[in-house]
Amino acid sequence: MRRVAITGVGAICALGRNAAEFAESLRQGRSGIGPIESTDTSQMRFQNGAEVKGYSHQPYFDDRRADFMDRFAQFAVIAAREAVADAGVEWTPEMRENAAIVTGSCVGGQSTEDIGFQEVYKLGHNRVHPLTIPKTMANAGASHISMEFGITGPSFTISTACSSAAHAIGQAFWMVRNGITDLALTGGSEAPFSFGILKAWEAMRVVSPDTCRPFSKDRRGMILGEGSAMFVLEPLDAARARGARIHAEIVGFGMSADACHITQPSSEGAARAMRAVLRDSGLAPEQIGYINAHGTATPANDLTETAAIHSVFGAHAGKLPVSSTKSMHGHALGAAAALECLAAILALRDGVLPPTANYNEPDPDCDLDVIPNQARFAQVEYAISNSFAFGGLNAVLALRKS
Amino acid sequence: MSDELIQRVLKVIATSKRIPLETVTIDSEFLQIGIDSMDAVEILFALENEFDISIPDDEVRSVRNVRQMCQGVEKLLAAKSDAAAKQ
Repeated sequence: MRRVAITGVGAICALGRNAAEFAESLRQGRSGIGPIESTDTSQMRFQNGAEVKGYSHQPYFDDRRADFMDRFAQFAVIAAREAVADAGVEWTPEMRENAAIVTGSCVGGQSTEDIGFQEVYKLGHNRVHPLTIPKTMANAGASHISMEFGITGPSFTISTACSSAAHAIGQAFWMVRNGITDLALTGGSEAPFSFGILKAWEAMRVVSPDTCRPFSKDRRGMILGEGSAMFVLEPLDAARARGARIHAEIVGFGMSADACHITQPSSEGAARAMRAVLRDSGLAPEQIGYINAHGTATPANDLTETAAIHSVFGAHAGKLPVSSTKSMHGHALGAAAALECLAAILALRDGVLPPTANYNEPDPDCDLDVIPNQARFAQVEYAISNSFAFGGLNAVLALRKS
Repeated sequence: MSDELIQRVLKVIATSKRIPLETVTIDSEFLQIGIDSMDAVEILFALENEFDISIPDDEVRSVRNVRQMCQGVEKLLAAKSDAAAKQ
């Protein structure tokens, strides 16, 4: 089995338009949550979200190209471009033929679909725009990345709600590790801010009326986010041979299903996914020095995640820093795990553990070291990033400092 | 609380949860009749439609049984008729 290096990173989300801005926001503990601008929320129980403020497809895409891309697919290509440039990939015909693309997305281009359905249901028109289908499909991000770089190897999209990007990155990692491909572009993208989707989230009564306060006793739910993070993965030996900058290594991937309830999380399912990642990476619990939590700030998640961490890490859980960066970039659904994987990579690379922002009050049921509000300087060798989706499908990635 | 209101709430709960009406009473605890948080959210949705009210999140956080649910609906109906009277 080959070791797998992350040689390129790219991001766009509420915390910035590139990975450097993202890193700086995390370091400052600065939240990107604010009043939602792209959708009318006057008739909604919540008004705040973590949007890419003032986003326009220019200067990223010319008008005609943008016509073919929902916002979520644009984010995917923007982050992929940055990751490829960062990795300094010099394409050859063989690389293009062999390279893989694995993306995650939960709702795909549902904003486009929402507009189309308004045409027929609300406005009474008898037709929708002919690009509604190709803009809506969840694999549009992967498809546009393939066209952007002329990649013709194995390319696909995984949709497992809030775990989508973790499952995607995990697959790409295994493909590189097992010699199926020598270069993978992977991550997730999402753009869920449209009226119909927000109304559906409102109906679930899991969105906070103010902000996202993971693990805090006064937490009142999640805050939706959007954006994308993408990574270039390649064999460690090849990366070293070409003198590439190595941000971190991916050393393990673990999955599990709760087989329990369609929305209620199970601490046993979460614990099994964390044990699976330790097994896959050959690490002992005591070797993990940081956890980027799923940490949605719903009453149920934070409680069960805390119980799961205690169950897997035992006494070590007491001195194990755990933070939820959703408190800053929001819950970007199918892109969440990619943004959080990037947060964990940066924590290892830069020696700065990102905080749990908006934290007010300890909760005895969430008795973890959650790095409240202030980033912490610490050299950590191994980190894991947790993702636990609605539907009980869990995915955890393990990373190593390079 | 009027009997009519209670009967309507019980019917909404039984219909949403797809259980026999006689298994739900004003004294039922959610736990006891197997209502979990997702069931509760569905029942609230059905109550909003049944009574043409909007139930704020803050009102529902501490509701654990049918009696509290009926009291909450009664309160929101009173607020609604007050608002209508003022118009």
